[in-house]
Amino acid sequence: MTEVIQPSLTIDALGKKCPIPIIMLAEQINYVPLNAVIAVLADDPAAFTDVPAWCRLKSHRHVGSYELPQGGWSIHVRRNY
Amino acid sequence: MGLVAYFDAASTEPLHPQAREALLAAIDVGWADPARLYGQARRAHLLLEQARTEVAEALGARPDEVSFTSSGTQAVHLGVLGTLHGRRRAGRHLVTGAVEHSSVLHAASLHERGGGTVEIVGVDLRGRVDPAAFKAAVSRPDTGLACLQTANHEVGTLQPVDEVAAACREHGVPLLVDAAQTAGRLPIPQGWSVLTASAHKWGGPAGVGVLAVRKGTRFRSFLPEDERERRRVPGFENVPAIVAAAAALRAMTAEAARERSRLSALVDKIRRTVPEIVPDVEVIGDPVERAPHIVTFSCLYVDGEVLLTELDKAGFAVSSGSSCTASTLRPSHVLEAMGVLTHGNVRVSLPRGASAAEVDRFLAVLPDVVHRIRQDAGVA
Repeated sequence: MTEVIQPSLTIDALGKKCPIPIIMLAEQINYVPLNAVIAVLADDPAAFTDVPAWCRLKSHRHVGSYELPQGGWSIHVRRNY
Repeated sequence: MGLVAYFDAASTEPLHPQAREALLAAIDVGWADPARLYGQARRAHLLLEQARTEVAEALGARPDEVSFTSSGTQAVHLGVLGTLHGRRRAGRHLVTGAVEHSSVLHAASLHERGGGTVEIVGVDLRGRVDPAAFKAAVSRPDTGLACLQTANHEVGTLQPVDEVAAACREHGVPLLVDAAQTAGRLPIPQGWSVLTASAHKWGGPAGVGVLAVRKGTRFRSFLPEDERERRRVPGFENVPAIVAAAAALRAMTAEAARERSRLSALVDKIRRTVPEIVPDVEVIGDPVERAPHIVTFSCLYVDGEVLLTELDKAGFAVSSGSSCTASTLRPSHVLEAMGVLTHGNVRVSLPRGASAAEVDRFLAVLPDVVHRIRQDAGVA
């Protein structure tokens, strides 16, 4: 198993419904350095699909989604450009 | 009320004028119990059997293979569980695609709760099941049934039914083909053992589904015994609605070749134009191997419910697989399985007669509607 990279920035979108977690991610991604990882904490089931789909559309990289103990996920995205 | 363009044929096709005519006539002459022996009853029986013959012919079945149900959902429930019940000694394993209609997946869950096993075969980014994975799944020796739709109801992608049917035949596994989205619009693929469809999707009235069981396929209803519809479907048949359903299918099938190329060209135009006029949008589903009348796209950063409400105000009846628009909190299992955006989703499905002018008006209105919603959300 590969080690989980420490995110440079964490967005707390817990309790936020789609598409707000994606909107927050799109706003914040330019505030981290290139190749840095940003973590989106979300518990709307839509975010689990939507964050990786956003990465595909925007050519950023979905690193992985990790379940949170209290429910939801920490979804890691690497800034590609 | 202003001009409204109805673009939700995948939910239900407006009643075909010939179905309406047949329905009104059959209400007067086809109301009696077709199982009885007096004049009115024989008349109702005759109408019912005539309708059965017509529907069978349009679907590539024999009349005695066709039973009428009270809905497409009921046809699927009875078809899935009745075939599994009929084949319970052969095995209790069920194979199905990940983007089937919820009626298939819910029947599968019930089967699982009853001690059966289920394998769900995944789909690619376009919503098409992997034929190799499906073939491998049905090779499991205790497979009792496999299910595959002709086309997906949310994104329009055609499924590889011929390939899967060949694999099922090779392994002696019956295949239930759910033709709800294409019956009356596209030829029915060969190779089914059980076929299901829904009349209101081809311009018939609501309340009529079709369950066809190929001769030689083991089938046994899991419900209490009932004599109707060759013991496959319980309850008194709605003869007038069935007559109307047959009339609609006949009319739709006769128009299908011309109408599907016309609608398909309009869908192509939407598929091509939307990404040019709306930024951050993804048109999903297969661009070529698709139902002629369905196109779905997702707009980034847009709440699907708001988008549908605004399009309704602008005079367009469309649908969405976004969770915020459904009664459930989960996003559409179809979009989830495909791995595409589940929010900001719009499904346009063109009914018979949808005009180029309506599509042009939709394309003229859409960019501003999306822009305004994004502006309100602070992303434009």
